[in-house]
Amino acid sequence: MSLNIIVLAKQVPDTRNVGKDAMKEDGTINRAALPAIFNPEDLNALEQALRLKDANPGSTVTMLTMGLPRAAEVIREAMYRGADGGIVLTDRVLGGADTLATSYSLAQAVKKFGKYDIILGGRQAIDGDTAQVGPQIAEKLHLPQVTYAEDILGIEDGKVIVKRRLEHGVETVKAPLPCVVTVNGSAPDCRPRNAQRLMKYKRAVSTSEKAHLDDNLKAFVDAHPYLNIDEWSAAYVEADPEQIGLPGSPTKVKAIENVVFTAKESRRLDNNDQEIENLIVELIANHTIGG
Amino acid sequence: MSQNNLIVYCEIEDGKIADVSLELLTKGRQLATKLGVELQAIVIGDKLNGVEEQVFPYGVDTLYKVEDSRLYPYTSNPHAAVLINLFKEIKPQICLMGATCIGRDLGPRVSSCLHSGLTADCTALEIGPHKDPKTGKEYTDLLYQIRPAFGGNIVATIVNPDCRPQMATVREGVMKKEVYDANHQGQVINLEAKDYVSDTDFVVEIIDRQIEKSKVNIKNSPIIVAGGYGVGSKENFDLLFDLAKVLGGEVGASRAAVDAGFIEHERQIGQTGVTVRPKLYIACGISGQIQHIAGMQDSSIIISINNDPNAPINTIADYVITGNMEDIVPKLIKYYKKNSK
Repeated sequence: MSLNIIVLAKQVPDTRNVGKDAMKEDGTINRAALPAIFNPEDLNALEQALRLKDANPGSTVTMLTMGLPRAAEVIREAMYRGADGGIVLTDRVLGGADTLATSYSLAQAVKKFGKYDIILGGRQAIDGDTAQVGPQIAEKLHLPQVTYAEDILGIEDGKVIVKRRLEHGVETVKAPLPCVVTVNGSAPDCRPRNAQRLMKYKRAVSTSEKAHLDDNLKAFVDAHPYLNIDEWSAAYVEADPEQIGLPGSPTKVKAIENVVFTAKESRRLDNNDQEIENLIVELIANHTIGG
Repeated sequence: MSQNNLIVYCEIEDGKIADVSLELLTKGRQLATKLGVELQAIVIGDKLNGVEEQVFPYGVDTLYKVEDSRLYPYTSNPHAAVLINLFKEIKPQICLMGATCIGRDLGPRVSSCLHSGLTADCTALEIGPHKDPKTGKEYTDLLYQIRPAFGGNIVATIVNPDCRPQMATVREGVMKKEVYDANHQGQVINLEAKDYVSDTDFVVEIIDRQIEKSKVNIKNSPIIVAGGYGVGSKENFDLLFDLAKVLGGEVGASRAAVDAGFIEHERQIGQTGVTVRPKLYIACGISGQIQHIAGMQDSSIIISINNDPNAPINTIADYVITGNMEDIVPKLIKYYKKNSK
């Protein structure tokens, strides 16, 4: 059977590289100050989606991301790797959202798609590590959820069979479609960019990017509808203003502190046999080891 | 049934309540006492006979038991349905669960349905007042949900001023497990599963399940030999296993070593792994990312072995040996063997 597959992806600040201006005064993230990357586990989810597409001819993979307009970069990257297209849900009023307001907004966008069979996303995003948005979207859409997926084994009789990676083992489950599946980092890596697709989609632009193109390029994009990455607003997805952004977020950031550890007075030892033996003797004598 | 209490969702595997749940009961007991409310617990599963004996010593006042053969092993929708429907009745002010594969699957679903805030992976929980900076409205006795953010570079205090329950997940090992009173007795309330779950909630079917008893027990090991990216290879980790073996300890690792594939995730120490408090922590080739230090800083004695004399971890170490771990670890083994007999 052919499937309509939606992949949720997030453009995230690279938390391995955080500067001092990363937070705004209200405690929310100043995304503009950080390098932005494709959330790693969302790439694992994309790979699972592309495998499903390969195994089920006629399927489509559509990306959905919420964020700043520049998040269109994530959609383009996914197109180079095999996705058919995507939507950027972007609107100032969506900013400052916690996981609940985020999942509500994304669920509203999913509803706008109308027809879908499976929604995939990474287990969690590296900027928050919460793993909450996937299950919350499932709940908002009244769909079953399968989290910690490591491999989608196949589709049988309208049900998806998924291997899950848990703390102390694995579990294989069967869930009826449509459902939400969140994919673990232990799942196979995403395939790289495909050269032909790169040529085909390199001019793909979002609505706001298109506005800055010269007339020739604009005409080119208009002549090739697959190059359009649509932007959806909160109003377009009929989001209730009370449930989005900061006002729609039950959790509030009360305080932010930089992490400082109390330094100890360390004893510096030379790497020679005598000093190391003395250390061992001392640790045995004070019953730290050998007890 | 009384309302406005603190409730802990207790995980159960093979009839045994998970350690993380007992750790949360310990923390929950302190918070409930501070708030002057009951500590409640809920266990959902099959064959729950006598399970109260495992939780009452931790100070549980009321235990809800929901028993049905279909409720074990855990699946998302049925357990979520129980909590959602029960919480509508008992309106807890706080709900805590483990930041495990179960808690992180269940918590978001419940919080979404009840429109209550949820904070993942808290490293501290406290009770305190709050004043909304915009409206000026004052709140008392809110749950401060304290968690690292941004790869551990900052710590954020999160509050849910208006929505209930205030929900938080906490990783295993972050809170200490301590018996409150071995003779403490609470009440058991048996709930009928059919009043809380409908047949249509059982949509996801488990067709195979292979859970192994955890082979690794770094959390409770008094001695930990931990390796970082600087260890360099899987083979060099064997040296750490040798040292751990002679000292009677366990091997741990930093996230960088796990990400590099040197060692399994189960041994990861830090904010995204386990938190440990051993008597002796030997850090080999670990530079000391904040997220790692947060998971081991309470170790009694820390030895850092690193090529870099300025590795950040050295600032919290009691002993610093600058040099190659391939060179130093065998010496530690040699002199331990020589002096311990």
